[in-house]
Amino acid sequence: MSTDLVLTYVGFFMMGAIALIGAVLAVSQRNILRAALGLIVSFIGVAGIYFVLEAEFVGVVQILIYVGAITILILFAIMLTRGLMQGTTSGHNSQWLAAALLAMLLFAALALVALGTNWNVAATRVSSDLIPKIGAELMTTYVLPFEAVSLLLLAALVGAIVIARE
Amino acid sequence: MDILNDLFVNAQIWLTDALRALVAGFGLAQDAEAALVAVVMTLLSIFAILLFMVLMVLILIWLERKVVARIQDRLGPNRVGPWGLLQPVADTIKMFTKEDIVPANADRLIHTLAPIIVMVPAVLAFAVVPFGRGMQAIDLNIGILYVVAVGSIGTIGIFLAGYGSNNKFSLIGGMRAVAQMVSYEVPQVLTIVAVVLMAGSLSLNRIVEAQSGWGGLRWFLFAFPVGPIAFVVYYLSGLAEVNRTPFDLPEGESELVAGHHTEYSGMKWGLFYLGEYFNFFVMCSIGATLFLGGWNGPLLPPYVWFIVKVYALIVLGMWIRMTWPRFRVDQLMGFAWKVLVPIALVNIVLTSLALPVLKTIGLI
Repeated sequence: MSTDLVLTYVGFFMMGAIALIGAVLAVSQRNILRAALGLIVSFIGVAGIYFVLEAEFVGVVQILIYVGAITILILFAIMLTRGLMQGTTSGHNSQWLAAALLAMLLFAALALVALGTNWNVAATRVSSDLIPKIGAELMTTYVLPFEAVSLLLLAALVGAIVIARE
Repeated sequence: MDILNDLFVNAQIWLTDALRALVAGFGLAQDAEAALVAVVMTLLSIFAILLFMVLMVLILIWLERKVVARIQDRLGPNRVGPWGLLQPVADTIKMFTKEDIVPANADRLIHTLAPIIVMVPAVLAFAVVPFGRGMQAIDLNIGILYVVAVGSIGTIGIFLAGYGSNNKFSLIGGMRAVAQMVSYEVPQVLTIVAVVLMAGSLSLNRIVEAQSGWGGLRWFLFAFPVGPIAFVVYYLSGLAEVNRTPFDLPEGESELVAGHHTEYSGMKWGLFYLGEYFNFFVMCSIGATLFLGGWNGPLLPPYVWFIVKVYALIVLGMWIRMTWPRFRVDQLMGFAWKVLVPIALVNIVLTSLALPVLKTIGLI
């Protein structure tokens, strides 16, 4: 095995470990804010995996959207919906069995898809300048889903303003 | 002249060669040698950038106090060293020797983590800043997107500082900071889109190269009329992002004691202080890169041009800080969403429309 490959493996497993530790923290912490923090660690670990795999664009977008936007939204939600200084809550409620079943089902579905896919390794390296291609594809091949998502976001925005007014 | 121009690049090449010669003595495999050299060189460049940053912050602290003092018709620090130059050193020693206090009912872990989370993103952003020709740690092809993404992490740190201190002033400061930083990120990113349109790339290196015409003076700032508009919007929202006056509501001392860092002391407070200046320096470096042509310029070496431009923006920030009063909370959000965001959006449309014209008359 070449040294480059070894370094890639080391980086991959380090980032994977960070993502897993964060995920475990997110579900095991009793303080909901600390759980959200665990989620951030997990997101950063996943972004790190993307960087190790040389998909910088996906990695940066992962940080921008998940760490920069979604977690801040979660923090805001925690701040505005419950007494912040309330302290710890129990991580379990009466629906834990249903939740566990659903989670297992999801895991099984993902595992089936992952195992069933024929992972072709591309013979040629993908060009590093992907952003223009992504942009062009979004505006041609995938223009309908792109516009649909924009519309959905607009609806969410208007909805949030309506709720805030009441 | 050439020696001066490429001073640091040549130093790096010389160091790499020396290291390679040293490693060759270990008798490792070919690719292991290359990897070792690459890792050591990466660590060295991280160290060099950190050292440079800390030095810059020491100068910034001194400069800020001096400039502020002159604007207020005072002398400023003048006791420690010549012209008070050693004042930041004295400040640092003071910070290191102060007691580190954590409030009794605070969340210890979050209280400790917060200053680190504020500090780290600012350092990370420097990985892609082009300090001079060939003086960039990594040339990411999505450089500017990386800076924006990394910058958004800092918000979490300030929020956690507000929450983890278990103090009402801190909490209000933290909530203000999050609302403000999230709001002002929007116009900032939108103005960056205008620059990306003009340069045709997200790579900071190529954005700088796109401004290299006219002997290094064809900056996007002069791409009339869209360039100046984008610059003003970028600079104002940048000031809000780094919580400087007139946008320093999260730590407004006349209302909130010290906002999110009320309960911090010693070196933890020092990290906030350092992080604030790091962020300010990053904001001005990116501003200089995007609008003032980065390291482009006639006669002087590229890195000198870069530093001069960054410091021009920094002094502008200090001037604004001393001459404008602080915003009110209700004005603050309105200014972002009702003034800056529409201007930035119109500016994007205008840029795409004006692009062919600007290219024909040679402004970009």
